[in-house]
Amino acid sequence: MAKSARRQQLETVALYPLDWVEERSGLVGYTKWFLFRKVPRDISWAQTLGAASLTAFIVQAVTGVFLAMYYKPDPDNAYASIQNITEDVTLGWLVRGMHKWGASVFIILMFFHMARTFLFGAYKYPRELNWIIGVLILVLGMLEGFTGYLLPWDNTAYWATVVGLNLNATAPFAGPFLAQFLQGGLDINPDTLSKFYALHMLLVPAGIMALIGLHLYLVVRLGVTSPPWSATAAGRERPEVTGPREGLIRDPAAGAPPAAADGEAAS
Amino acid sequence: MSEPERDTPHVPAPSLWPIGFAVGVACILVGLVVSVPALIVGALITLVFGFLWVRDLFAKHPVTSAVSGEPEPAVATVGHVDQNVDRATFLSLATIGVGGLIGAGVTLPVLGFGVLPSFMGEGIETFEVDLGPISNFPEGQFVIATYLEDPEQGEVTRRTAFIRNNGRTDDDVPSFTTIYSRCVHLGCPVQPNGPIDEEARKEVNGVELRPVLAASFGCPCHGGLYDSEGNRNAGPPVRSLDRFEFSIKDGNLILGRLFSVGNVDGTGAKARISKYYRAYPGVHVDGLERFLYPIPTPGSTS
Repeated sequence: MAKSARRQQLETVALYPLDWVEERSGLVGYTKWFLFRKVPRDISWAQTLGAASLTAFIVQAVTGVFLAMYYKPDPDNAYASIQNITEDVTLGWLVRGMHKWGASVFIILMFFHMARTFLFGAYKYPRELNWIIGVLILVLGMLEGFTGYLLPWDNTAYWATVVGLNLNATAPFAGPFLAQFLQGGLDINPDTLSKFYALHMLLVPAGIMALIGLHLYLVVRLGVTSPPWSATAAGRERPEVTGPREGLIRDPAAGAPPAAADGEAAS
Repeated sequence: MSEPERDTPHVPAPSLWPIGFAVGVACILVGLVVSVPALIVGALITLVFGFLWVRDLFAKHPVTSAVSGEPEPAVATVGHVDQNVDRATFLSLATIGVGGLIGAGVTLPVLGFGVLPSFMGEGIETFEVDLGPISNFPEGQFVIATYLEDPEQGEVTRRTAFIRNNGRTDDDVPSFTTIYSRCVHLGCPVQPNGPIDEEARKEVNGVELRPVLAASFGCPCHGGLYDSEGNRNAGPPVRSLDRFEFSIKDGNLILGRLFSVGNVDGTGAKARISKYYRAYPGVHVDGLERFLYPIPTPGSTS
């Protein structure tokens, strides 16, 4: 009895800061809404690919911030600063390696995540918008890869970017202008490097973060889908379909699709 | 939708003067940053619309009292509520409008700064590069010339040209074939297919000259192959290799503006070159596909 009272006291003390925050902001409630969600019974590791992509992005963001403290985006110093990071700065080789290889991991995980979503049919109504946002994140992620590739400023970086820019330039009508905008001139020049750096660390990451926020909001709002072979319906009540789509959407919980019901009526 | 008891035409419509007033204030704010004339115009707009607004406010007073003085208080109340709704709508519209104006005032210049310089051909200049005396170029043989286009910008402007002295044309004018090494597929560095005579290597004011025995050029990236005039023999390139305009000053060979080449007929001093404004690699300058790139690249025509 005494122990239980003591325990209660401890709990109150431990939870006090949380209660304090909750009372003033409601943030605890929102966090619970975000994290403690109902998911279908038969989900598997396949549904963790989105969170894995997010983790990969966070790794890129964090390592990128610290690399930016040592990197110098001008043609005379860029390569030397990269060498400095790799060879002199303590653990610099590790952080640069994480950023370099993590970039590929991020893209690959996004493709796996996309494949899972496609094969499980998780892009279908009402999740089309989330698919579209995901595609935009993928495009921005590739743009991150393209702009980041130039930054080491070695021959691989230079010529790969030459080819990449000229590839853009071959697009009909707008292509030459796109290349011109990206490199700020007819050839790669010192401005190109600082422009790519600004795009790589400011504009594109901000866009990705905003889109990830929308993406996650829709995931929480719409819930996780069951796999297509699931025996049970997804974890939440299906909203009644009215209007022009009425009758177009099968309700697996109700069992027989409309066609089968017709058959029964005929027999 | 329409509720008859809300039809109160005698209630005055909301004044539009505050919008003008707000535009004036926004104009003043922009003028403070941008220019004095805009500031003066903004101050004038603010004063005029402020005066009209204040005059309107005083003019409306009797009308309002007339509404409240009507025999049926219910109708007056309704009219009063209606007026409030209108004011709320007006205020939210005004907030959106003024916010939009301020937002546009901040965003448009920044966007313009970010995008327009690339499309105005700014910062693009043609450099004249002195390759040294023409006696360094043996007749009928290609020389690999490597140089910095703009020494101030440094290594990033290192370019390579393949120069061949063709002797003299029928009009007794010196003739040179001046091919730019950039592949017209996707811009990789084209290499001459032949042995380089490293012993005859020369360095003339920062320009490296290396004679090479080559009758064709190949690109290591995607296998583009060109003949000695830069015409495409095989692979993915869509036109002939770009060339430089050249001149001869005091016996020195000077490379000038770069231009694109559709095709070269004939060889050496007798070559007939179809010349176009400089285009990006991979961009068609002739044939049907040229209609896909109707506007010349900014900066290429100057």
